[in-house]
Amino acid sequence: MNYTAVALFAAIVGLTLVITYFAARKTKTANDFYTADGGLTGAQNGMAIAGDYMSAASFLGIAGMIALAGFDGFFYSIGFLVAYLVVLYLVAEPLRNLGKYTMADMIAARFNASKVRGVAAMNSIAISIFYMIAQLVGAGALIELLLGIPYTTSVIIVGILMTIYVVFGGMTATSWVQIIKAILLMAGTAVISFMVFAKFDFSIFKMFSEVKQATPLGDSFLNPGNKFKLPLDTISLNLALVLGTAGLPHILIRFFTVKDAPTARKSVVYATWIIGVFYILTIFLGFGAAAFVGSEDIIAANAAGNMAAPLLAKALGGDLLFAFVAAVAFATILAVVAGLVLSAASAFAHDFYSHILRKGLATEKEQMTAARLASIAVALISMVLALFAQSMNVAFLVSLAFAVAASANLPVILLTIFWRRFNTGGAVTGMVVGLFSSLILVALSPNLWAVDGSALFVGEALFPLTNPGIVSIPLGFLGAIVGTLLTKSNEVAGNFERIIVKANTGIDAATEVAASKE
Amino acid sequence: MHQVSEVQKNEATQPAPAIVESATFQQLMRQKNGFILPAISFCLIFYFALPILTSYFTILNEPVFGDITGAWIFAFAQFIMTWTFCMIYSKKARAFDRLVEQIKEESK
Repeated sequence: MNYTAVALFAAIVGLTLVITYFAARKTKTANDFYTADGGLTGAQNGMAIAGDYMSAASFLGIAGMIALAGFDGFFYSIGFLVAYLVVLYLVAEPLRNLGKYTMADMIAARFNASKVRGVAAMNSIAISIFYMIAQLVGAGALIELLLGIPYTTSVIIVGILMTIYVVFGGMTATSWVQIIKAILLMAGTAVISFMVFAKFDFSIFKMFSEVKQATPLGDSFLNPGNKFKLPLDTISLNLALVLGTAGLPHILIRFFTVKDAPTARKSVVYATWIIGVFYILTIFLGFGAAAFVGSEDIIAANAAGNMAAPLLAKALGGDLLFAFVAAVAFATILAVVAGLVLSAASAFAHDFYSHILRKGLATEKEQMTAARLASIAVALISMVLALFAQSMNVAFLVSLAFAVAASANLPVILLTIFWRRFNTGGAVTGMVVGLFSSLILVALSPNLWAVDGSALFVGEALFPLTNPGIVSIPLGFLGAIVGTLLTKSNEVAGNFERIIVKANTGIDAATEVAASKE
Repeated sequence: MHQVSEVQKNEATQPAPAIVESATFQQLMRQKNGFILPAISFCLIFYFALPILTSYFTILNEPVFGDITGAWIFAFAQFIMTWTFCMIYSKKARAFDRLVEQIKEESK
């Protein structure tokens, strides 16, 4: 066992628990719990967004994919980053102006119907749970590999920690865990990248020419097409990546932690710089691992390549750097799962309990209790699912989460603020079609079906693409539009004037008829 | 109609349709839509050009500088594009903020 790693893991656990202790003293109301009282600055929230977003899949997964498949792995880096333009240009500010605690709040600001809120909350929960299972299964396997702690114990440790952060410290603790993780991750990545670059005498040209000689792929390492063979699959993946981020509930709720729309905008700008620098550095991680660890050793440690970055750290800086990178990966997992627990719990407690069940009449105390119980329930469900999914390859759940976010959430978010005729029928249809088309297409895809038995089921996949985005995203838009046109025109279209005023200026104007609001 | 329900934290005394019809709000929407929609469309076209070119053509497999191929250059250009459009938006949005302040004043 690597004692330095154990000490660093313990230090991270200790530090995050101290944060949670102080955050708990500031978490008294539902507003504190869900939004940290809207008190974060643009820079703080930008770092927290980066910390919430750059998952272990990014840090370990992309580094491994670039090391093993070359250019194709870098597609993820590009898509994950460019997605922030969609967030910045179309979603962040209207969301901040219209919403309160959840994504469903934004849609419900226009269509105040239980069914709209209910379906939006269901989507948030589905996306967060898919994403969380992928993170927890990855976390369990990773900690087992890094520290030798058994899978089950690892999942339970991570599960308990994420529950403590959220239940006691709410959004304040979650945000600071994410900020610290962002700093650690950037520092770790920068150190390794610098060491890799130094090995290539700080010459990009030397790095490119030496890496391609070092890999078994040779010249084709630098060319696209090693991982994605079907052109449509590449396009489909890119669609889901670039449009999905703007519909991910755990990212969207971060915009409620700042005071107004201009600060929400500033936080996206900060996040875009941090995330962009990080994803550029994934090249150094991937190339470094390909050159100084070698694909044979990377695959031997983990077939998917997830150990590329830690092994690279070991090759460059011995046990000490390995321990540091392992601890960074651990912090990364904690920060992401805490954000996911919070987003699923807020959909349960705020949308289903406070609004649908209690019609907005729950007291502050009842709301807090509901939020805490929902967090515990979400954490327990995810841990149980993660324990059952141990032997499954769950990497596809991350792309499924992005696909559902892009197909079910984004169309409805955009049409709510841009389309005058949009109505409740369209909102519900759009979200339901987006969710189920993604689920069904993934269920029929090569992620779950393989003739050679390498997937869960044996047989020919009925849907040929691993990513459903290219079909499910247009279907989500189509569902919303057709649903609107088919429902009677006297069906509530919401008060579009009020919505565009509020979305664009933050002014909560009265409607022409004396305002009666929830 | 200048009455405001007490439940709302209402900043405006004017009803929404009056604000929408005001010249300042119309100017804000014209400026925003005139910038945001073309800009984001350009970014998305630029973004999808990369996977389309790499999937259906081999032109980007040619080395451009040393061993660095066109695909990598285009990939780096995506980062530059993102940061550039991020800063352009930031700058433009300051003008939007001024109009929003003006609308807030006028709607009181």
